[in-house]
Order: sequence, then structure tokens, then C-alpha cells
Amino acid sequence: MGLREKLESGGFALTAEMAPPKGVNTSRFRECARGVKGRVDAVNVTDFQSAVVRISSLGAAIMLLEEGIEPVMQLTGRDRNRIAIQGELLAAGALGIKNILALTGDHPVFGDNRQAKPVFELDSVNILQIATLLMEGKDLAGNPLDGAPDFYLGASVTPLFNPLELQVLKMEKKIAAGAKFFQTQAVYDIEVLRRFREKTAHLDAKVLVGVIPLKSPGMANYMNKNVPGIFVPEGVIERLRNSENKVQEGLRIAAEFIMQAKEEKLCDGVHIMAIGAEENVPILLDMCGF
Amino acid sequence: MIIMQGKPFEKILEMIKDVDKVFITGCSLCATSCMAGGEQQIMEMKERLEKEGKEVTGFVVLEASCNRLQVRSALKKKKEELGKAQAVLCMACGDGAQTVAGVLEDIPVYPANDTLFIGEVERIGHFSEMCRACGECELGWTAGICPVTRCAKGLLNGPCGGSRDGKCEVDRENECAWVLIYERLKKMGRLENIKEIKAPKDYSRAYNPRKIVVGCRKEG
Repeated sequence: MGLREKLESGGFALTAEMAPPKGVNTSRFRECARGVKGRVDAVNVTDFQSAVVRISSLGAAIMLLEEGIEPVMQLTGRDRNRIAIQGELLAAGALGIKNILALTGDHPVFGDNRQAKPVFELDSVNILQIATLLMEGKDLAGNPLDGAPDFYLGASVTPLFNPLELQVLKMEKKIAAGAKFFQTQAVYDIEVLRRFREKTAHLDAKVLVGVIPLKSPGMANYMNKNVPGIFVPEGVIERLRNSENKVQEGLRIAAEFIMQAKEEKLCDGVHIMAIGAEENVPILLDMCGF
Repeated sequence: MIIMQGKPFEKILEMIKDVDKVFITGCSLCATSCMAGGEQQIMEMKERLEKEGKEVTGFVVLEASCNRLQVRSALKKKKEELGKAQAVLCMACGDGAQTVAGVLEDIPVYPANDTLFIGEVERIGHFSEMCRACGECELGWTAGICPVTRCAKGLLNGPCGGSRDGKCEVDRENECAWVLIYERLKKMGRLENIKEIKAPKDYSRAYNPRKIVVGCRKEG
């Protein structure tokens, strides 16, 4: 069963995120992918996440297919204009990549090639619009395609956003443009998720809540200070501070959060972003009993 | 207004390292407001160049360094000083420097300034970028706040995930243009303005170099 079937049949979906390798040595990437094979419904491959040069998401998605894993190919508007975006989507469609996650993209200022020209010709909503048009058999300019792709389109959303109304408004646009599922920014406070669920109850889309297992109190403080949309409550940081094995405790915190969100039916699945510690994903899945 | 800033003096010296005699032009408009090409800055530049052993054969503050006819007639009056110069240092914007270079033709013209953006004078010496000359003004539906310019990503369909407490993550000093737009539209009771999906902009309107002749607008 693929991601779409899982979500559409009302199942609790699991996705994990992996950054493509920086360089052509793909052994660790493949190894981590094999570690979650059969245990998650799909694996996201990021599109030059944080504007860092790596193997492209299309390339990494193909590697996942080779490993027999269903990819979610992330696609941003930061580096490509409408010609390149459409070409990338057609290539994905032709190669059997079904799930596309459309994002605006991190600004090059955060990356490792900071002199890059930012493109941003299309935002996440426009990428969804274009993917929908391609599925209808035509390109953005209205020209016919020889064979239309079939995608399951997704997008991102930040449950902790001020003003939340503005975030929900954009989420509505993404749904109107074709998004069927959402993967959220990481959430640590169940109350944030409850509020978000309440404000988006009217929307017809599946939501996979983002989970980043914490590795240390320092990591939590860093994210609180530097990552918009992420807030780790003091109680959680305190637990990490008082624990001996902080990585283990971080995974336990994540597992408890996932189980509670599932129990309260606050989401349709979870999206695990291990950020460099992908080998911990199977451990987290074990803790949750998945 | 066109906002510009003087190049570092060492870079100017590097550009004109083979030049002993130089003529300086400034501009009474934007360059003067930016304190990068008014009479005072020209005098300061003259003094610094002379300290480096250069001869300044003359100078002129052009009324509008971007106006070809005005520049031609003003430079004609400076024929003698220009005749002695091996190069011209232009303390105007990139447009002003090209106009001077186009009029003089056979004397090399060097830019003393880096041209930065179209902006607002918040107060003396404080400038902010306000317009990217995209070719199709969006301000009518955005409560007078330009998302093309003031959103670091130029987004038309709302904020990205990098907005935090109304600030932009690209530069925390900057406000998130989309939060500003939202708040102002909400106050006006016109939030519906941002509910409609905006298609990507028509970049063919900004294919450069652009030219217009007043009264001959290409419709579309």
C-alpha cells in the first residue's frame, strides 16, 4: 500500500525524511533508506534543504525507487523557473515518482553557496497549480503534453504561526491548487496541535505532523532561538537535561508525542525528520510499536 | 529614487590606476540625495585623488546625469577640462554613468558608485528598497505594500514558513511583508484580496533592456 492509499483509506501514515548525500558516495543514504524500508509508507527526499548543494531530490528519489521504497520528492521554487519546474515534474512522472511535496524553499542566505541568485519565480502554491495542470495534460502555457503524469500532491504547513489565520489562509490556497496532504513543521507542544486541528477542521486534506527527535537540550534551545515555527516547551528541555542518555530520552519524548497525537486523532500520520540521525528512525518506530 | 553608494576608495584607485588626469561628474538628483555624487562628495573625492597624486582637471554637478540632452550640453561647456583628462570618474548611478559614457564616447568613464535599488528616503541617509520595477504593479490589492520587493522571496500567495513574530528570517531587522499586508488588509476589511490564488508573474514584462515611448503603451 502506498502513501496515498494509506491516507485515503483512513490509515495512520508514516513518512521519514532523508537528505540526499553531498557527494556521490550514496552508501549511507541507501543504508538508512533500507533501515526504514517496509516500516514507513514513504520517504521524503529534500530539495537542496537549507540551500545546501547536494544530490538533487529527483536523483535521490530515483535511488529510493531502486531500493524499492516509495519516495516523496520535495520540490522548491528557489532554484528553478517555470520551465525547469515543469521539466523536473515531467521527469518525476515519467520515472514513476508519485508523491510531490511543493515548497517555496529556504533562502540561499542559509546555504553553503550564499552568492547564488535566488529564483523564487514560483511559490509553493504556484508549483501545486502547475503540477495540477500537468496532470490535466497541459503545461502552464496551455500547450498539450504527450502523456500526463499522475501525482499525489502535498505541501507544508506551520501549525505554530502568528497570525495563524494567515497560515490557514495559505493552506486553503494550497488545497485549492491541488494539495491533498500536508507535512507540518515539527511540533513539540500537543496544545499547538490541538489548536491547529481546531482551526483547520473545515479543510479537506490529510495532515502528517512533523516530528524531529531531540538529541540534546542545546539542540532544543538552538531551534527555539533560530527556527521559525518551532517551539520546544521548557518541560521537554528539562526532561532532556535531567536524563542520562539524551538521545534515548529525545526519542522517548517523540514517541510519547506521536502516541498522544494518534490517540487524540489530531493528525492522519506523522512525518519524522531525523536530521542527520536517520539510523534512529527505526528505534523510534519500535518505541511507538509501529 | 535610485539609491546608490560610493565604491570603496581602494576599488576606485584600482580602476583608475593607469590614469593620472581625471575629470569628475556628479548629479544633482538621486546621487546628491544619497550623498554619493553631490558637490560636497565631489570636492572630497577631488581632495583624496589629489592626495594620491592624481590631477583633477575639472568637475561638474550635472543637473540630471540620466538625461542625454542635458548631459551633452553641460559637458560641451567643459570641453577644455575634459580635453586634458585621460578618464572621467562618474559619481552618479549606473544610468548616469552610461549616459556620460555615451555622450563622451572616446574617453573612458569609470563608475565611482554602486547602484543598489529603487527606494524610499526614510530620513536623511536612511534608504529602504521599495520597488523592483517588475513591470506590473501589484500594490492595488496588497494594501500599498509591495510583496515583490519587501518579501525576501517576492512571494505573491502569502508568507513562507520563515516568518516569525512578524519578522523575516532572511534578515531579522526586516518586517515580514506578508504579515504587514495581512494586518493592513484586515484593518480595511479587505482580507478577501489575498484569498485568491495569484498566478506566477509575467516576467516577459521585465525582459531587459526595456524601452518605452510615452503614448505608445503596449497593451496586455
